[in-house]
Amino acid sequence: MSEAAPGLTVDSVTGIDVSLPVAGPGARAYAFLVDWHIRVILALGWYVCGALFYNGRFNVTPPLISDARWFGAVVAPALTIYFLYHHAVELAMRGSTPGKRMAGVRIVARDGGAPSAGALLTRNVFRLVDSLPLFYGVGLITVVLTRDNLRIGDMAAGTLLVFEQAEARLPTPAGDAHRAGRLDAAGAEIVAELLERWPALQPEARVRLARQVLARYGSESGESGDDEAAWRTRLERLARPQQR
Amino acid sequence: MNGSARQRALTVSLLQRADLWRQADRRARRLARGRGDDAADATRLADDYRLLAHDLARVRVLMPDSRTREFLEAAYARAHATLHHGAWRIGSAVLTLLREELPAVVRWLSPYILWSTAIFALAVIGGYALVWRYPELIALFASPDLIASVERGQLWTEGLLNIVPSSVLSVQILANNIVVSLFAYCAGFLFGLGTIYILGLNGLMLGAVFAFVSLHGLRAQLLAFIVAHGCVELSVMCLSGAAGAAVGEALIRPAQAGRIESFRVAALRSGKLLFACALLLVGSGMLEGYVSPNPRFALWARVAIGVSYWLLMVALLSGWLFGRRARRALP
Repeated sequence: MSEAAPGLTVDSVTGIDVSLPVAGPGARAYAFLVDWHIRVILALGWYVCGALFYNGRFNVTPPLISDARWFGAVVAPALTIYFLYHHAVELAMRGSTPGKRMAGVRIVARDGGAPSAGALLTRNVFRLVDSLPLFYGVGLITVVLTRDNLRIGDMAAGTLLVFEQAEARLPTPAGDAHRAGRLDAAGAEIVAELLERWPALQPEARVRLARQVLARYGSESGESGDDEAAWRTRLERLARPQQR
Repeated sequence: MNGSARQRALTVSLLQRADLWRQADRRARRLARGRGDDAADATRLADDYRLLAHDLARVRVLMPDSRTREFLEAAYARAHATLHHGAWRIGSAVLTLLREELPAVVRWLSPYILWSTAIFALAVIGGYALVWRYPELIALFASPDLIASVERGQLWTEGLLNIVPSSVLSVQILANNIVVSLFAYCAGFLFGLGTIYILGLNGLMLGAVFAFVSLHGLRAQLLAFIVAHGCVELSVMCLSGAAGAAVGEALIRPAQAGRIESFRVAALRSGKLLFACALLLVGSGMLEGYVSPNPRFALWARVAIGVSYWLLMVALLSGWLFGRRARRALP
């Protein structure tokens, strides 16, 4: 639930605040490592392909004499990919990167909205300081020490990293069962969730959980020798609206 | 109706709106990805936002530990982020930056520009005086290759194009200068001390090298080498130092509500100047790679190029280059 993680609470014009769970050092590091691998692979890929094409044979070593074509077509693009990856990708993906997507986080402004282009660029310029002296030492320390887990780039740009709240599935049958008046909202959700997860559960777990749920919410009880299908039918009956 | 029955009735009516919530969330996701310019869709998102806020408020009370609440919290946050998303029109944003915002930032930074120029100039004079008086101290500021070359009576820049092509040289120089410039700005985070250090160190090095080449009778050659690119390059050094100083002062004497807020405002505002600095350094790097080491350019041509480029920089920073509208008095 949203209370579990430290969060940013943003005032809204509706009067109902917006809760944003703030990402900690772990999620940040995970996102960074994924992005780092992506940019290394892209930069190296460009370098190797460019070098093979330039040399015209299976050889990736640079020419002995400095050559503008080599530098312009092989070295400069690879360095550009490596060093401008975050600037370009965050602008193109509006505050996200493939790594951040995988880690389930995104950048937001302090008002909970999407950050401006200027804020994203400023955030990335300050990587120069955050990455000092080695392996993002300064950034990591400030992330650990600050309340909202901010690195210096975030402080400068007025941004922070929040968890991209995955779409929680609304239990479809819950409404029906609830409407029928037999289950409270929590019970309806539990029954719906159990039915959703039924195929993924072990047979013993199916029976055990169904028995517990029915004992708590159901009016009918099963026999210990009943098979799984019978338990499922009883759960489905509980979740269905009653015929009147 | 007793309290429990009323609560149950409210919950039932809320859960009947699940389809509306799903539609609202889908719309927010679609618009957040920038897919669809339908004005009606955007208007509906504003209605969705109100709907989600209303229902979330009730769900927080009626079903505090439910998946329904989890779904609504996420959908509401997404709708909020999508609604509070400024327009991303890069072209017009860049034009506004160059025409309106940049001159305003330069005006705001003018005292800092003055001070950082003064610090840089003092460092140049200091470096010059130090090496002029104690020539052996050049080892602190210059590489052994540079020293050996000057002692042979030859500038290290001579024959540079025989070793490295102009294009490679330009890119190397402009990348290095941009990084130094960005560092001077970012180092303002250390309460301005980092910026002063970078300005001072670069000034000392410049002064020291000038004194050393003067001692060996090469001052005119060095001046001829740097005049085309140096006017702008050194000015940009002072400009980025000014941006860093503004960031540092915001931390030392916060003007806004708090230190971090003040730092944020100063960094975002002065950071706009860095965009212009990077553009100018690209030009300087090109000149340093193609014009400065090329002996075919006469001194008068180098001076003309250097002065013209410096005037272009002034035009850019004052907004004239992009047709800044004259400020009119408010009625």
